Amino acid sequence: MKLLVKGGTLPEYGRADMLVEDGVISRIEGNIECEGAQVVDAEGLYVMPGMVDLHCHLRDPGQEYKEDIVSGTRAAAAGGFTSVCCMANTTPVNDNAVVTSFIINKAKAEGSGVHVYPVGAVSKGLKGENMAEIGDMAKAGAVAISDDGKPVMNALLMRLAMEYGSAFGMTVFDHCEDSNLVNKGVMNEGYNSTLLGLRGTTRAAEEVQIARDIVLSETLNLPIHICHVSTKGGVELIRQAKKRGVKITAETAPHYLVGTDDLCASYDANTKVNPPMRLASDQEALIAGLCDGTIDAIATDHAPHHRDEKEVEYNMALSGISGFETAFALCVETLVHGHHMTMEDFVKVACTNPARIIKKNCGQLKPGMDADFILADPNEEWCIDARKFLSKGKNTPFHGRLVHGRVKETYVGGARIYKD
Amino acid sequence: MAFKHKDLLSLRDVEREEIEMILSTAASMRPLLESPTKKTAHLQGKSIVTLFYENSTRTRMSFELASKYMSAAAANISASASSVAKGETLIDTGKTLDRMGTDVIIIRHPMSGAPHLLAQHVNAAVINAGDGVNEHPTQALLDMFTIKRHKGHLDGLRVAIIGDVNHSRVARSNIFGLHTMGAEVALCAPPTLMPVQMEELGVKTYTRVEEAVEGADVVMGLRIQKERQEEGNFPSLREYSAFFGINEENLRYAKPDALVMHPGPMNRGVEITSDVADSEQSVINEQVTSGVAVRMALLYLLTRKGV
Repeated sequence: MKLLVKGGTLPEYGRADMLVEDGVISRIEGNIECEGAQVVDAEGLYVMPGMVDLHCHLRDPGQEYKEDIVSGTRAAAAGGFTSVCCMANTTPVNDNAVVTSFIINKAKAEGSGVHVYPVGAVSKGLKGENMAEIGDMAKAGAVAISDDGKPVMNALLMRLAMEYGSAFGMTVFDHCEDSNLVNKGVMNEGYNSTLLGLRGTTRAAEEVQIARDIVLSETLNLPIHICHVSTKGGVELIRQAKKRGVKITAETAPHYLVGTDDLCASYDANTKVNPPMRLASDQEALIAGLCDGTIDAIATDHAPHHRDEKEVEYNMALSGISGFETAFALCVETLVHGHHMTMEDFVKVACTNPARIIKKNCGQLKPGMDADFILADPNEEWCIDARKFLSKGKNTPFHGRLVHGRVKETYVGGARIYKD
Repeated sequence: MAFKHKDLLSLRDVEREEIEMILSTAASMRPLLESPTKKTAHLQGKSIVTLFYENSTRTRMSFELASKYMSAAAANISASASSVAKGETLIDTGKTLDRMGTDVIIIRHPMSGAPHLLAQHVNAAVINAGDGVNEHPTQALLDMFTIKRHKGHLDGLRVAIIGDVNHSRVARSNIFGLHTMGAEVALCAPPTLMPVQMEELGVKTYTRVEEAVEGADVVMGLRIQKERQEEGNFPSLREYSAFFGINEENLRYAKPDALVMHPGPMNRGVEITSDVADSEQSVINEQVTSGVAVRMALLYLLTRKGV
């Protein structure tokens, strides 16, 4: 089975053809002719690796009314993702190999074709007390461990999980927010929270925990991955740690690059997310962090919720943004059209680096890599319409926003799994 | 000129002319409260519902009597805080009231922004009677009405607000309203009970009561709730009272004719001493009367629209 992608523009190669054989990229050259190959016309399109999402919530098992593996992986494919890592806060919690296997098997049997890599829990039941069966989950296919949604507040548990997990190549993906300092906050603490009378979450809540994790990582000489960095101070802590050689990686999410706490003025609960959207100065710092390598990856933190959980009082609403289907456009709009980076740089933070963090053979277009790729038009103008999301979660604060950059086709292992 | 808004959710976006109109309308309503026959036909044929998700005595009674004095059909709904979490959604409750022909919904809710959510989903006019720690616009209007009665104007006055600013919807609405009307606002609270970046709202902030009330024309106390101590914001009510309470000693720093105000209910001996609360400078009881007059004015102005 041969697939010939003709006439597209590829990162590093420029205008080139790409030949896929048996699900693997075999050749990339200026002009390839191959008899018998199925030809994909990529004329005028950008051909890039499928995006790798280190952080999403597929809600399956147990919360299928929000999202399930079928709808979630279809949404991921439409968003240009070919691999996604799903967090453990399902019902039951993914804190054992049975749940890990269920997710992997269901994704293989019923999913869109997007690779689903479960992230196991750090602690049993996400309770932050006793370690989950990390070895079993690793054996079953989990790629990392995280109590995401909740921070690991107990520093000793954190240390033990980092040490024990290292035996299985499992890195902790930490949701950094000191829950005492969060103190029931529902938005960024600052001028806008004061103006709106909504309880604020200090940026210190995030930074205190990032600092603790850096100290642990440095002391133990073990890797740590920081989830959804949202603050300027967080970026700077990580930058300094990397300079010292600390084995730290970090991600941020599209909504932190695009949105600020100004969006909360409507009291629209679709703007509620953890950690909260912050200020323009934080956006600038996050973008600078992506450009200089401090922040390794863009991860969506795709967090679908039912509208019943959002069409309520702000304090009562659940936190999270449905992010798969807007990530590409929001990032390309902000980072590339905003002249902060090239498409090639974007590929590094959206594909190459996250693939490296979970040690998968994807995230780059070169011979020998899995043929997980997308065709995209970085310039196509469209209007975000949450009603058209394939995800069950229509919760986005960016509904109605005009953006540039659209995913046209998505391929996994050389097979097309999505077409616009 | 008519009142421009469908609802009264916040004083942030209410213009000076509109506030003046409410205050002057209230002034024309007030004599009715001292007349032997407290009845007008201003709201005849209108239905007004108070929807309270928190306990309240004076605000609720004030709205209810204002409605009844003006011949509206008035009804009350009480919902305990627990039923908010378990029961019908706010939007569904609002739609139900709409379908019963309600003209005005007066809502008090423990969560900031709840009246805004309601207003987006109902045809009825919505009055915010206190949402979380956000705003309590009618309280600020009645405070301004009371001040104006005594001082004749609001422009150029210095108003000192003392107490738990962080959890005070009264403070926030007063800041917005008083600024619009040209008054200066000074705030005093322990730093743990002062919102961040408060000075960017154009107020001055202090940690010593004497400095805040220095030269003030009005000294307003805010209620401190006992649970704020349990949350760890200050060590004891005794110490709070000693450093952040209004008493005869620190009141001396204000102008000799300064008004003493409090939205009630008071914790006597905590945020304000009884000597000050009952002094000749105190207009705390009068604030209650002002409340009925202002709410009559507001109900009239909101229901007159579109007629």
